[in-house]
Amino acid sequence: MSDAVMIGIKVVCVLAAFLTLPLLVGQLEHKAMAHMQGRLGPMYAGGFHGWAQLMADGVKFLQKEAVVPAAADARVFGLAPAVALIPYLLVLVVIPLGPGTVAEALDAGLFFALAVTGVGVVGMLMAAWASANKYSLLGGLRGAAQLLAYELPFVLAAASVAMAAGTLSLVGIVEAWNPWWLLWQAPAMVIFFVAGMAEIRRPPFDMPLADSELVFGYLTEYGGLRFAFMLLAEYVGIVVVCALTTVLFLGGWRGPFLSDDLGPLWTILKIFALSFVVIWARVAYPRLREDQLQRLAWQGLVPIALGQLVLTGAVVAVTS
Amino acid sequence: MRVTRTVATGRTVHAAEAPSYLDVSGSEIVFILIGVITLGAALLCVTSRNVVRAALWLVVALGGLAGLYLVLTAELVAIVQVLIYVGAVVVLLLFGLMVTKAPIGPQPDLNTANRPVALVVAVAAFGLLVAVLIDAFRFAYLDLTVEGQGGAEAIGGAVFGSWVLPFEVLSVLLLAAVIGAIAITRRDVGSKGRR
Repeated sequence: MSDAVMIGIKVVCVLAAFLTLPLLVGQLEHKAMAHMQGRLGPMYAGGFHGWAQLMADGVKFLQKEAVVPAAADARVFGLAPAVALIPYLLVLVVIPLGPGTVAEALDAGLFFALAVTGVGVVGMLMAAWASANKYSLLGGLRGAAQLLAYELPFVLAAASVAMAAGTLSLVGIVEAWNPWWLLWQAPAMVIFFVAGMAEIRRPPFDMPLADSELVFGYLTEYGGLRFAFMLLAEYVGIVVVCALTTVLFLGGWRGPFLSDDLGPLWTILKIFALSFVVIWARVAYPRLREDQLQRLAWQGLVPIALGQLVLTGAVVAVTS
Repeated sequence: MRVTRTVATGRTVHAAEAPSYLDVSGSEIVFILIGVITLGAALLCVTSRNVVRAALWLVVALGGLAGLYLVLTAELVAIVQVLIYVGAVVVLLLFGLMVTKAPIGPQPDLNTANRPVALVVAVAAFGLLVAVLIDAFRFAYLDLTVEGQGGAEAIGGAVFGSWVLPFEVLSVLLLAAVIGAIAITRRDVGSKGRR
């Protein structure tokens, strides 16, 4: 097979994952939240448990008028959803699903993923500023403060795994993974997952959106397709954070049996199990206040992450 | 990649051995195109009438710079460039702008009377840097076909091997800057001691 065909197939696969996985997570969220809160939710569209409700929502978003507020900076306002969404698409390119099943196995794949997810925040800030709305601006400020606080533990926890594996390649990390990392790297895993949830502004870290005080934060002025893209960015964000946690801490395609044949299945199973935890956290915990958010990051996660780095370094130095 | 380009990594050659400027490879064309984009974004950054838009043009310029590193096979430097500058520095910059004053649309009071002076300083700094770089690397050529010469292993080995002393000095400098910033912002630290 020629290179061009191979690249074409990879692009189609990544796009398919980009378009289907977030929708599945969205559907899971609808249903899991409905059951946890003892309500039915939409049950009619499509028949079985209202499975077509998400598509109906999508069609509704398509039909809506694209409104740009008169005072807004129209160009930045229009660009923001793309800047928020595209980085996550790029991250999916480097995430390995199974042994050899990866669109592009970069040498510094871990760094690439961390760097590119950080760019998405610029999209949020663009949306917040260009809306010319005080609620939006406040949401953006909170989002930026949150990112600055949680980026540090996020990267430190990832660095701990990179040290343990001795490589920055995501494929290499899965290959070096050992079940006892579940214990050894457990603090790093919790920190990475929590900080990742804060980075994508999922409840209980949704202070930038905070619908009870900021209307809908930086998304207040968005509607129709642009809002749908912003929402999609949030759900792709869940997939990306869960996939990175899977690859870094849970052994990626390694399963209790048939790791080589069922590799991609194990990865996807773990991603959805973690996505369920993300949704569960949304239902289970009230929103953290801004000061609680900052305290958790600076006084909780950062010191633990530094301690984990020391532990990882010591173990690596002793065993190697 | 043509044979004329396969000079050893970063080796300096004599003027006679240097490849011709008329003999342009694909990477060089990409390099020049990204360079033009970066330069354009940088110019728009300093001429923009709106301070937030200027910061967003800075994102494009910094991203372009990462692209240039990538073309030169320094992939780790490119990724770190995005991680630090776009992901952290620009976010901090935008945060600062939004906390203080960031209206939509053109701001007439953005230009100060120091503009000509700034232009002179910028042109002088540019001239100096270009002169130094051309003088130092006039005949240095990089073989772009070698794999991994700008990867994590090569850069890590260089930074923590032969360049470890400058690296540590820089770390101390940054630490001093952080402590200085804390000392400036927290006035109560000093006054408590005097009482």
